[in-house]
Amino acid sequence: MFAYIVRRALYAIPILIGVNILTFALFFMVNTPDQMARVQLGDKHISEEAVEQWKQQRGYDKPLFLNTEENSQGLITDTIFYQKSFSLFLMEFGRSDAGRMIGADIQQRMWPSLALAIPTFIIGIAVNIVFALFVVMFRATAIDTAALILCVALLSISAIFYILGGQYFIAKLWHWVPISGYLPGFEAWRFLILPVAIGVVSGIGGGTRLYRTLFLEEANKDYVRTARAKGVSETKVLFKHVLPNGLIPILTSVVVVIPSLFMGSLLMESFFGIPGLGSYTLDAIQAQDFAIVRSMVFLGSVLYILGLILTDISYTLVDPRVRLS
Amino acid sequence: MSISILDVKPVFLFSDILIYILVASLGLFFYQLMRNPLSRARWRGVFQSAAGMAAFVVICFYVLVALLDSIHYREPLPILENQTEVHYSQEIRSALDLIFVGVHKRSEKTYSSPFSLQLFTKENMQDENDNLYRDYPMLKHAGQHLSSPAEQGQDVVNKSLLALLVGLLISAVFVGSHMLWRKIKKPTTELPWWSAYLTATVLVLAGSWAIGLSQYYHIAGTNIVGVDVFYQSIKAIRTGVLIGTLATLLTLPIAIVLGISAGYFRGWVDDAVQYIYTTLSSIPGILLIAASVLLIDVYIELHPESFSLGAVRADFKFLALCFILGMTSWTGLCRLLRAETLKVSQLDYVQAAHAFGVSNLRVIFKHILPNVTHIILIAMVLDFSVFVLAEAVLSYIGVGVDPSMASWGNMINEARSELSRDPVVWWPVLSAFVLMFVLVLAANVFSDRVRDAFDPRFGKG
Repeated sequence: MFAYIVRRALYAIPILIGVNILTFALFFMVNTPDQMARVQLGDKHISEEAVEQWKQQRGYDKPLFLNTEENSQGLITDTIFYQKSFSLFLMEFGRSDAGRMIGADIQQRMWPSLALAIPTFIIGIAVNIVFALFVVMFRATAIDTAALILCVALLSISAIFYILGGQYFIAKLWHWVPISGYLPGFEAWRFLILPVAIGVVSGIGGGTRLYRTLFLEEANKDYVRTARAKGVSETKVLFKHVLPNGLIPILTSVVVVIPSLFMGSLLMESFFGIPGLGSYTLDAIQAQDFAIVRSMVFLGSVLYILGLILTDISYTLVDPRVRLS
Repeated sequence: MSISILDVKPVFLFSDILIYILVASLGLFFYQLMRNPLSRARWRGVFQSAAGMAAFVVICFYVLVALLDSIHYREPLPILENQTEVHYSQEIRSALDLIFVGVHKRSEKTYSSPFSLQLFTKENMQDENDNLYRDYPMLKHAGQHLSSPAEQGQDVVNKSLLALLVGLLISAVFVGSHMLWRKIKKPTTELPWWSAYLTATVLVLAGSWAIGLSQYYHIAGTNIVGVDVFYQSIKAIRTGVLIGTLATLLTLPIAIVLGISAGYFRGWVDDAVQYIYTTLSSIPGILLIAASVLLIDVYIELHPESFSLGAVRADFKFLALCFILGMTSWTGLCRLLRAETLKVSQLDYVQAAHAFGVSNLRVIFKHILPNVTHIILIAMVLDFSVFVLAEAVLSYIGVGVDPSMASWGNMINEARSELSRDPVVWWPVLSAFVLMFVLVLAANVFSDRVRDAFDPRFGKG
C-alpha cells in the first residue's frame, strides 16, 4: 500500500511537469512578457523604458529557459521558467502582477471557499442519495417516470439561472437572507445558507438520475433477487442490500472531487460576494493577472491528481477484492 | 436605376461557411449510418419513442433558424444623384431578418416591458404650452396603428387569432403533405409521427404568433439599448447551435485518433496518450479555457489591423472560442474510446484479421471503428448540450463570445444588474432562459434516446 502511494506520487511528477510546461507555453511563449507589459500598461505608444521597468519590477526581465550570461547554477535558475514556473513545485507562488503575495492570499481566502464548498458537497450527496432511493423504491411506476422527466428538466437549466432565480426570489423578494456579502466567523452562516441551498438544488437533476441508475443496477443483481425470493421484505432489501452496495460506486466516484473543493466555485462565490478562492481566480481572470491564474492552474492540477490517488485508495478500502499493485 | 431586394451583396463570414459544411457533413455521417442495417434498426429505436421524435423536431427547428441566420448580406444604400456605382451598408443582415420584416430597425431608446406602449423610465417632456413635466414617453414602434391605448387588449387578441390562423394553415400544409407522402410511399415501419406533427404544429404556431405580433409590439420588451429582446434572443440561436456543433465536432478527430491508436497499438503509444490526457484533464477546465481566451484577446489587441470590421473580429473570436472549447474537452471521449478499443481488439475476428495479414489501418477502419461508433455518437449528442450551457457561464466570466454578438450568455450577463433594478427588468433573462431551456432539454432528451438505443449496456431494461 505504502509503496503504491509512493509510486503514484512519483507518477504525478511528470504530469505536473507537463502542466507546468503547458501553462508556461500559454503564458510566456505565446504571450511574451513584452506583450503582457504593453497590454497591462494599456497605452499603444509606450516607451521601451516603461516596458522594461514593468518587466523588471515583476521579474519578467530574464531569458525564458537558459540564461547564457550566468555561469553554472544561474544558467538555469536565473530564468523566467525556473523562477516563475518551477518554483510552483515548492508551493512558492510569488507575487501577483498587482504586487500582493499570492501564497498569503490563498491561505486567507481558502476558508470561505471551504465553508461554502464542504456543506454543499455533503448535503448535495445526501439529498441526491435520498431522492434516488425514493425513486428506486417506486421503480417502473408513474412516479419513476415523472421523477426522471423532472430530473432531465432540472439538469437542462444552466447553473446561472438557479443562482439568479434563488437570489431574486429568496433574498430580494422575500428578504429571508442577505443578497450577498460575507462575515468571518460564525456570522457567516447567514450568508452561506442561500448559496449552499442553490448549489444543492442545482445538482439534484444530474445527481439523482445518476444515482438512480447505480441503485437500479444493484437492484437487478442476483443476490437481491435471491433475497426477495426467500421472502425478505422490500424495505429491508432496499436498505440492507441495495443501499450499502449501491453506495460503493457513488462514494468512490465522488472522492476525486474532494481535494478540488478547496478551489471554490467561480460562479457561486462571485454572485454572492464570498471572498474565497473562486472569486479570487475570477477577479484575476478579469484583471488579466496571469501570475494568479498560473498559480491557481497549478494548484488545481495538484489537487486533481491528489483526488485520483485518493480514489484508488478508496477502492481498496471499500472492496477487499481490489488490490493495488 | 431602381434597387430591388436582389441587388444585395452577399457576405460570407467564416462561421457561415463552417456551419453549412458542418450540417452537410453531419448529414453525410448520418446517411452513412443509415445505410448500415444494424444502425438503421437502432435509429428506428430512437425515433420509435414519441419523446425522441419530438426532441428531434425541436432540434431541427433550431438548426433551421441557425442556418437561415447564417445567410448574410449587405443591403445597398439608396443611390444619390449623379452616382454610378452602388454602395453597400456597413451593417450585415441575414435571411432571418427578411422573415422578421424589419424588426431590427424598430429600436427604442431603452428598456420597455413586453407589450408595453411606453418606455420603462420617465423622461423630461414638454406639453403644448412648453411646460416641462416628467412622464413615460410613448414608444416609437409599438402600437402605432392604435388610435387610443385602450384598444390594445382587443387588438392583441385579434392579431393573435389572425397569426395563429396563419400558423395553423402553414402547419396544415406541411403535415398534410407529409401524410399524403406516407399514404403513397407506405413505409414498412410505424413511427410515432403524431408526436412530430404535434411538435411541429406547436412550433409553427408559436413562431407565427411571435413574428406576427412583433410587427406591432415588442412582444418580449426591449433591452437597455432599445433592441427588441425577442429578436435578440432569436439571433442568439445561431450562436448557441454553432458553438454546440462546432466545438463538439472539433473534439472528435483528436479523441478518435488518439483514443483508438492508444487502445489498438498499446505500448508506448498508449503511455504517451494516457500521459497527454491525464495532464490536460488535471488542469481545471474553466481556467484553461479562460487562459486561452485571454491570450486570443491579447492577440486581437496587438493586431488591430487584421480586424477592422467589428463583425470580423467577433467572428474570429467566436471561432477561436469554439476551437479552444474543442481542444480542452476531448479527454473524456478519448478515455472511453481507448477502453472500448482495448476490448474490441481482443475479439476473435480482429485476431483472425491479424492472422490473415490484414493491415493495421484496414483493421481499424473495417473492424474497430464500426464497433466504437456508438460511443462517438453518444458523446456527440451529450457534449452538444454541455457546450450550449458552457457558453452562458463563459460569457458571465467574461471569456465568452464577443459582447457585440447576440448570445444567451451575454443576455444573462446583463441580467445581474437588471434584476437588481427597481422595478425589476425580468424580460431579457426570461426569454434567454426559455429559448435556451427548450434547446438544451430537447438535446438532453434526444441524447437519452440515442444512448438507450445504441448503448448495449442500457438496452431494453
